[in-house]
Amino acid sequence: MARFTPDNLELAHEIISRYPRKKSAVIPLLHLGQEQDGYVTNEAMEHIAELTEVTAAEVIGTCTFYEMFKTHPVGKYVINVCTNISCQLNGGEELLEHLEETLDIRSGGTTADGMFTIEDYECLAACTEAPCMQVNYRYFHRISNDEVDGVLSDIRSGKLADTIPEHGVLQRVRQTIPAGKLAGIAPPETVVDAPVWMARNEPILAARAAAKAAEEAAAANKATEATEANEKGDA
Amino acid sequence: MTDTQPETEASVTIVVDGQEVAARPGELLIDACERAGTYIPRFCYHERMKPVGMCRMCLVEVDTGRGMGLQPSCMIPVAEGMTVDTQSEITKKAQDGILEFLLINHPLDCPVCDKGGECPLQDQTMAYGPGESRFVEEKRHYEKPIPISDTVFLDRERCILCDRCTRFAKEVAGDPLIHFQGRGNQTEVNTFPDEPFSSYFSGNTVQICPVGALTAKPYRFKARPWDLEETESTSVADAVGSRITVQSSRNQVLRYMGVDSDPVNWGWLSDKERFSFEAFNSDERITEPMARSGGDLEPVSWGAAIAAVGDALKNTDPSRLGIIGGARLTNESQFAFTKLAKGVLGTDNVDAQLGDGLPAELVLGLPRATIDQACAPGGTIILMGPDPKETLGALFLRLKHAAVEDGATIIEVTPHRTGLGQYAAHHLHPLPGETAALAAALVAETPALDTAGVSADAITAARAAIAGDGPVTVILGRASVAESAAVIADAALSLTSIPGVRFLSALSRSNVHGALDMGMSPGLLPGRSTLASGTANWPNTPSTAGMSTAQMLQAAADGSLDTILLLGADPISDFPDTDLAERALANATVIAVDLFETASTDHADAILPAAAPQEADGSFTNLEGRVTKISRKVTPPGTARPDWIIAAELAMAAGGDLGIESLDDVWAQIAAVSPAHAGIDTASLDANQRDGVVVEGTLDLPAASGVSPAVADAYAYRLVVSRRMYDAGTILANSPSSAHLASGTALHLHPVDFDALGLDRGAEVTVSSATGSVSLPVEPSGDVPRGVAAVPANQGDIVVGTLIAVGDVATNVRVERGDS
Amino acid sequence: MATNAYVPHAAGYVDNEGPKIVSSRFVHDDAFLLERSLATGGYEGLKKALTMAPVEVHDIVRDAVLLGRGGAGFPAGIKWGFCPPGKWPMYLVVNGDESEPGTYKDRLLMEMDPHQLIEGCLIACYALGLSQCFLYVRGEMALAQERIAHALNEAYEANLVGKNILGTDFSVDVVLHWGAGAYIVGEETALIESLEGERGMPRLKPPFFPAAIGLYGQPTIVNNVETLSNLPWIMVNGADEYKKYGSETSPGTRLFAISGHVKRPGVYEAEQGTTTFRDLIYGDNFCQGMKGDDELKMFIPGGASAPWFFPEQVDLPLEARPVGAAGSMLGSGAIVIMDESTDAVKACLRVVRFFARESCGKCTPCREGTTWEETLLRRIYDGHGRPGDLEMLLDIADNISPGPYPGAAWEEQGVEAIPFPPKQTTICPLGPSSVAPITSALRRFRDEFEAKIPQRTSIPVSAS
Repeated sequence: MARFTPDNLELAHEIISRYPRKKSAVIPLLHLGQEQDGYVTNEAMEHIAELTEVTAAEVIGTCTFYEMFKTHPVGKYVINVCTNISCQLNGGEELLEHLEETLDIRSGGTTADGMFTIEDYECLAACTEAPCMQVNYRYFHRISNDEVDGVLSDIRSGKLADTIPEHGVLQRVRQTIPAGKLAGIAPPETVVDAPVWMARNEPILAARAAAKAAEEAAAANKATEATEANEKGDA
Repeated sequence: MTDTQPETEASVTIVVDGQEVAARPGELLIDACERAGTYIPRFCYHERMKPVGMCRMCLVEVDTGRGMGLQPSCMIPVAEGMTVDTQSEITKKAQDGILEFLLINHPLDCPVCDKGGECPLQDQTMAYGPGESRFVEEKRHYEKPIPISDTVFLDRERCILCDRCTRFAKEVAGDPLIHFQGRGNQTEVNTFPDEPFSSYFSGNTVQICPVGALTAKPYRFKARPWDLEETESTSVADAVGSRITVQSSRNQVLRYMGVDSDPVNWGWLSDKERFSFEAFNSDERITEPMARSGGDLEPVSWGAAIAAVGDALKNTDPSRLGIIGGARLTNESQFAFTKLAKGVLGTDNVDAQLGDGLPAELVLGLPRATIDQACAPGGTIILMGPDPKETLGALFLRLKHAAVEDGATIIEVTPHRTGLGQYAAHHLHPLPGETAALAAALVAETPALDTAGVSADAITAARAAIAGDGPVTVILGRASVAESAAVIADAALSLTSIPGVRFLSALSRSNVHGALDMGMSPGLLPGRSTLASGTANWPNTPSTAGMSTAQMLQAAADGSLDTILLLGADPISDFPDTDLAERALANATVIAVDLFETASTDHADAILPAAAPQEADGSFTNLEGRVTKISRKVTPPGTARPDWIIAAELAMAAGGDLGIESLDDVWAQIAAVSPAHAGIDTASLDANQRDGVVVEGTLDLPAASGVSPAVADAYAYRLVVSRRMYDAGTILANSPSSAHLASGTALHLHPVDFDALGLDRGAEVTVSSATGSVSLPVEPSGDVPRGVAAVPANQGDIVVGTLIAVGDVATNVRVERGDS
Repeated sequence: MATNAYVPHAAGYVDNEGPKIVSSRFVHDDAFLLERSLATGGYEGLKKALTMAPVEVHDIVRDAVLLGRGGAGFPAGIKWGFCPPGKWPMYLVVNGDESEPGTYKDRLLMEMDPHQLIEGCLIACYALGLSQCFLYVRGEMALAQERIAHALNEAYEANLVGKNILGTDFSVDVVLHWGAGAYIVGEETALIESLEGERGMPRLKPPFFPAAIGLYGQPTIVNNVETLSNLPWIMVNGADEYKKYGSETSPGTRLFAISGHVKRPGVYEAEQGTTTFRDLIYGDNFCQGMKGDDELKMFIPGGASAPWFFPEQVDLPLEARPVGAAGSMLGSGAIVIMDESTDAVKACLRVVRFFARESCGKCTPCREGTTWEETLLRRIYDGHGRPGDLEMLLDIADNISPGPYPGAAWEEQGVEAIPFPPKQTTICPLGPSSVAPITSALRRFRDEFEAKIPQRTSIPVSAS
């Protein structure tokens, strides 16, 4: 229930460095805090405020907008069951009910042993594979009640430990940008000129402008010629 | 955004409800319609903040060229030929709909809600809304109300989520401590847990909240708007002179509200300006004259008091008589006392400043800027004075706006970082005692060198900013009482060489500028003229300049000054050298004219109770020299009376006659002696209530004193003692809502200096100077430069003034672990 | 199809033996690895683009009439042209926040062929001079984040992203950013707000059109994952080849997700404009007809925000204009089929509930109105409706989205449909989206609603 550990602090600095403005790192850092503690703690939010140079009120304001950030402890395994329209048509609600009965909690609640939290979730983007659910944001498609029971017991026995990390861990592979390969990330006010490769446009745009000018001149000539011809004709 | 822009030649023609209307280019449609007489209802829009188009109440049918459609009029700048229909069926249906939506989760609190009667939601529902709501479901519920700071309460059920308060906190005040949280229907305004909304400007959110969601503790449940009488007046809490309304019921002032004065405060008030009126209602007010007999102060009659004091004054040799204070008085009272002292009693030992300001000739001699001029878009502002956020709150908001919105460049030339530091482009922190050397370096033409602890690069960069386009204004005041006024004066004089430079005074104590204008300084007469000019034509005008406060106190301590008249002044709390002040007042006969007993009145033989600003008409001169009316709203307690009447009676008792029986008399006399105040009288003050009248006129500038920079001592820190908004000052101490907000005294050191001590935060250290030592808790602060020991002034717990010897260019101190 | 085993990646794609512009690598399980991508033509489009001037790349995209795949269907080439000249830096923000109910395609592309997406981003950045690209991936898509992170790491290593790409003067950083669970963030200005670290609340347009004032106030192009995934193929094969597929006004292919009561729900890459809904629902190469014995009752043609269609619209082509003229939207290519067993009230309630839960709360009509709609519908569904509730529901909907609402059901009543999009009292289209199911269901199946409302004179008020 804490500020970032030294390792995470180093990671936090790296994350912040990827953005032209520090505040952009707030959401990734909230994920990092949740990964560290299992949920987003007040201390983590205060630390994030310091690192991104905003107030803690701004951090909690952002944090509480988004569903994935839990500001209170949740189960080790958060089960999101989609009940939106495509899944509702194909057994999503029944799946949720089954889980509620099996685990003896209502959606939103956590089992007494702290293992599972169930959530009645919105569309998980697996609509053709209904009914679907996620456990700690790892997908299960076209899952039957029996299969759900199998998953729960596999989790309990540790069989799925490699597949499903504990709550808070999202990506187990992180983006890293080696310093030598970085194109360069700068605050917008420091960038004044066009990127260098845009210079390749110059000859083409110049040619087009010239062609357009020539075309307009030709059209203007034609117009004057026509008028002159008319006048001659009238004379 | 507001009403008083100058008329420009170009105008844009739009059609509002079938009528052609001339609008200003770039004006928002909602404003253009309002100016033309068509009010469009709104909640989230506020003229002094950026529009956000969130509440959707201002939707009207607008044709911007592609056919009529509902659009938020607060987000649309006018364009030639734009057509608006604010009365169409579609517009009205939208208005009905939005109001119905707003009311569905709004509790039926009107009978118990402070806002009832002055509530935009009520008013607009009546004028623009449906007669009934069709909502029969359960409303949203929250615990109600919750305190989000010591002064402000939040009722989330009433909140219509217009976002005005959070936008004010972030955009105007720069203190984003409240924020939207949650999402959708569950959105609420709140603080971070255990981090209250302790902004110096929190009270403004209560005023701008369009419902009763935000209420102020000092006013909760005290009255209803229809109980209140009100008058427009001027705040005296600091020298900005913000425009306010004073609202009272049954002869008690219950509330101040900010009034939008375009040249001054834009409707905003600092919390000190807003809530410190409570002191005036305090039971601790002195209500009868008091005289000391047998060690205690006993009430006496006015007749007896005036007679006794008059005698004392009459029988004191003018050269052994001193008058200290006057900044708390109205202009008229200041004139009266000046005339009493310099015209009747014949003494020039008059000083309204308490050794914590700047020489009057400097302030009055420098070319003056108005706030608008200082905040000119694209201009340069050199802050060489106290932290405006702490001492001149409404001015801070103007300066911040200039930097953030109008491209003004701020250069800090301060002993440590200030509240403007975040918005400043340059941060120069000269060592105390060496500010003059830095100022000279800023205007010199030779290549810059490291000076006064500031790098050559920083100086060069600042020079470039000063030389840039746009006017240059210096905000000039006394940042620290541990650095002598002479150093700052010399610094200011160096800066006069900047072409076209103007100065905006940052002296902060109430009506100190009125006092200077009325001659309450040695060597001066009313109207920004000198004793030598003899313009006053008074019977007993002295011919040689008298003593300053420091000199008077020294003389009293030495026994060469017998009698001191304190006018709303408390030297023991405010004079930098506390020991000297104590010795002086202990030695002399002290007479006080004041609202409260203070540390200084403990030495008084007599106290005459004065009326507070809301209890007597008068006028106030702000730091621009702008004179605005102060209006009486309630009667003074007991037999307290206006200062100028006290002055007139004392004059009589001392054998003279001020010739004053009314404020009109006062102004007639001022006009006679002061060309600077020509044309100002009670009538013109009435006619110019909102924006006042700016006094012009300057003195000759004094010469530089050429004071040497302080001698560097390798083992020492330089002391900085600066004012905070909340301290143990008398007015705040007697305002229940504000009394406990003083932070307490602590020593702030740069983190590296702090680490060198090897102590925890809050550990006791001993700070010693040549004149004394004190024990203080120590804290690290990123705002304090290396080698500087920063302490807030007058927090009431620990007396720091023992460290200071007045007149020293700077104060060197040692800082040692408390146990050594 | 896959059973209870944790699926290694997004399932659901079905090869319908049609042209494969964006799904060509789906046949491989490891297309997210650079090795496989390169072996199957990955980054060839980028290489070709680098041989041209940036403006020529832009021309090709414009010629190809590549329509945006995010839901609005605006031509990408024209959107690219909205950036004001000379205002640097400019940014590319990739909208990978797929959350529209029924929509399921971007996740497939991100998990199965991230290199194609990265390549598309690079082509766009090259064409327009965009200094940095932010790949905003929906927070709940953990695997997509991992795959993209891995792909970016490989790409940086191979000099395909970052400084001096492929040894040229083209340099751009692509940063993976992840969301945290909010549907509204899929709206382009809300996406930008979220990327700035704020609450994801949309900005008003005007003035905050991203191409003019976007990320950090700079001109910003926001493109959908699928849109950008089309770019490599277009660069390699050219605009004319691209226009051979689909119809003249809507060339190319799209990934359509058909879910609900069909035999073979799935994600299919099909030609726009020439394929009809009937082909998708009943075609042998596609969903092979209704799931059970029940007939088609209604279907959502383009994601939960779209007004419903009915059997009489089944022959419409999958093309934005005719679908729009018929009173709905093609949107994000998400088609939800509902048969006769579906309770119209329940389906309507579920969609409205979605919008109420996802409302950002910024503007009054959506924040208050959508919840009121949901509460009302629930009360009706639970049997506690009152007479007059249906009219009130329609009026609340009208206060969110005024004027006669376009809906296919109007035809039955002989009223002309009004061109989409509807008017709105709100800041963004989420509020009006909640109105779509209400007007669709209520006007077509009013009897089902009325059947639930008891004809009593007093009603107990339900606590919600």
